[in-house]
Amino acid sequence: MHAVYIVKRFGVFLLIVWIAATLNFFLPRLSGEDPVRTKLLEEASLGGYVHAGIDNMVREYQQRFGLDKPLWRQYLTYLGQISHGDLNYSIANYPRTVVGMITEALPWTIGLLGVTTLFSFAAGTILGALLAWPRAPYWMRWLMPPLWALHAIPFFLLGLVLSWLLAFKLQWLPIFGGYSAGATPALSWGFVFDVLRHAVLPALSIVLVSVGGWALAMRGMMITTMGEDYITFAEAKGLHSATIFTRYCIRNAILPQTTGLALALGQILSGAVLVEAIFGYPGIGALLFQAIEENDFFLIQGIVFTVIVALGFATFVLDVIYPWLDPRISYSQS
Amino acid sequence: MSASVLRVERLRVAYDHPLGAVCAVDDVSFSLRPRERFGLVGESGSGKSTMALAILRLIKPPGHIEAGAVWFEDTALFSLTDEAMRGLRLASIAMVPQGSMNALNPVLRIREQIRDALADHRERLSRREFAARVCELLTQVGLPGEVADKYPHELSGGMKQRACIAIAIALRPKVIIADEPTSALDVVVQQQVMETLGHVQAELGAALILIGHDMGLMAQFVDRLGIMYAGRLVEAAPIGEIISAPRHPYTRMLIDSLPSLERKTGLRGIPGLAPLMRDLRSGCAFHPRCRVAEAGCRTRKPAMRDIADDISVACHRA
Ligand SMILES: Nc1ncnc2c1ncn2[C@@H]1O[C@H](COP(=O)(O)OP(=O)(O)OP(=O)(O)O)[C@@H](O)[C@H]1O
Ligand SMILES: [Mg+2]
Repeated sequence: MHAVYIVKRFGVFLLIVWIAATLNFFLPRLSGEDPVRTKLLEEASLGGYVHAGIDNMVREYQQRFGLDKPLWRQYLTYLGQISHGDLNYSIANYPRTVVGMITEALPWTIGLLGVTTLFSFAAGTILGALLAWPRAPYWMRWLMPPLWALHAIPFFLLGLVLSWLLAFKLQWLPIFGGYSAGATPALSWGFVFDVLRHAVLPALSIVLVSVGGWALAMRGMMITTMGEDYITFAEAKGLHSATIFTRYCIRNAILPQTTGLALALGQILSGAVLVEAIFGYPGIGALLFQAIEENDFFLIQGIVFTVIVALGFATFVLDVIYPWLDPRISYSQS
Repeated sequence: MSASVLRVERLRVAYDHPLGAVCAVDDVSFSLRPRERFGLVGESGSGKSTMALAILRLIKPPGHIEAGAVWFEDTALFSLTDEAMRGLRLASIAMVPQGSMNALNPVLRIREQIRDALADHRERLSRREFAARVCELLTQVGLPGEVADKYPHELSGGMKQRACIAIAIALRPKVIIADEPTSALDVVVQQQVMETLGHVQAELGAALILIGHDMGLMAQFVDRLGIMYAGRLVEAAPIGEIISAPRHPYTRMLIDSLPSLERKTGLRGIPGLAPLMRDLRSGCAFHPRCRVAEAGCRTRKPAMRDIADDISVACHRA
């Protein structure tokens, strides 16, 4: 029964991927513009002269990218390529492949945003649960106003303020980039430390802003949960307050939080643009930014596609996990 | 020393409110004999659930216990440490809370909810002993053993109620408080659940406080009945006495409002509304609705007094 459910959900995931791929293929072509031609013309005009043989060049490129075939053939080739994990070449950085560029950028984004999202979720959820718990230490009440205030500040503003303070004024941390300009990426302690030092500033601003959101949501859910009849009964059963706190309150209050977490993880890639732009971080957001600036059509497509797949995958994982977290949602339904 | 398992003495519980505190339980005293079935009826908001929670010291802010004492056998509950009080819950005094449709944790199987209760009361059982215990408890309340592995949402209302009773009797308490255990069930299931409750109560030799609204059900089920009005206990007497010779005017009107087979003149209600607990005036809380009220009822609060053996009433005119 579980297997059937999981297969079905995976089918839905594949369907989403297919729809995304199809939209990704047709939408740009509806515009009638020829990306290769535009790109080449642009480069040519930048170079100061218009190449006489530009049409020949366009044709050559189109042949290489398969853009001279009929649309349906292009579509089939495209689907075939995608199913092999091939997202074509980058126009601006030929002969680099889009997949290659994305896989190079992805670890940075996942490392920074994935870790900070998970950390904010864990810290915020625990904090929120404690903030709602009457037996929690009293000083915790003082945490609430600053958390609220931080949550209300736009993330980029806090990022700029922190950069100014910690990197510019105090010069404790590097202001820009994923690692020092001179460093060569390698698996050495020195490089890892360098990377971590560069990650502190963006990570700090993300965590400071988002912890409050998680804490607030969790606190609200905890308060609702604590008013439930099953909590009264749990108390009347004479359970330890630790048991009530964890197995009866948190266990129920955390359910909507997990939905939030899955969505937040899925949105990491799309949320990366602003973060990475501010801190000059070499992740997928910066890559997208660069692709848009360079008019790199295939790269934009590839990133958008990756984002959709990530969201779809997050939803799929949530669908699989949720019935296990909440037995009221059964594997057999729908 | 005591002939009673549970004694409530001049208990007063108030809920703080910006417009003034609400005294939800006001100067209530009664006692519960071993094996006795004591019923507690009263209009919605008359403080029945508050009293049940106060007995277990489970009143939460903005509510607080203002005065009084509760004795379980020879133990004064209000002077116990929190930990000692916790240990007493379920083991000595068990409660099935109102709204038991939601009294079970939706994400835990029935078995785990029983296990939690035993574990936190230091009942160390082997896996096999535990399985046998769960099975025995479920059988006692008329549920098949498979229910142990079900989640609450997989059970019907009556089954949930039985599961709650099974948990409540898990440690063989001496007192069971059942707060409207059947109000969400249809009449047939209601009857069955009451039979089960009576059956396990007799088997354990526990005393029972049954909270409810249904005079008919009480008449069948309890030995003694207490009537609450606006936070006060206004009459307490053996059920036969209450039915045949109610002393308090409110009780009389409650009895009169019962539908009967002989009298087909339609239903008779009690005129007026239950008072807003916040602005209770001086005197007897019932006097605005009372047919026999006199001048003194408006100014003097009637105290509970014994007017015959085992019959007490709080009315100047009784
Ligand atoms: N948490 C609370 N905060 C404030 N007031 C409360 C609270 N709980 C109960 N009250 C008040 O206490 C009074 C008694 O409530 P209680 O729930 O004990 O009544 P009840 O007799 O059990 O009613 P019902 O038959 O509807 O269950 C009511 O006036 C109610 O408004
Ligand atoms: Mg009640």
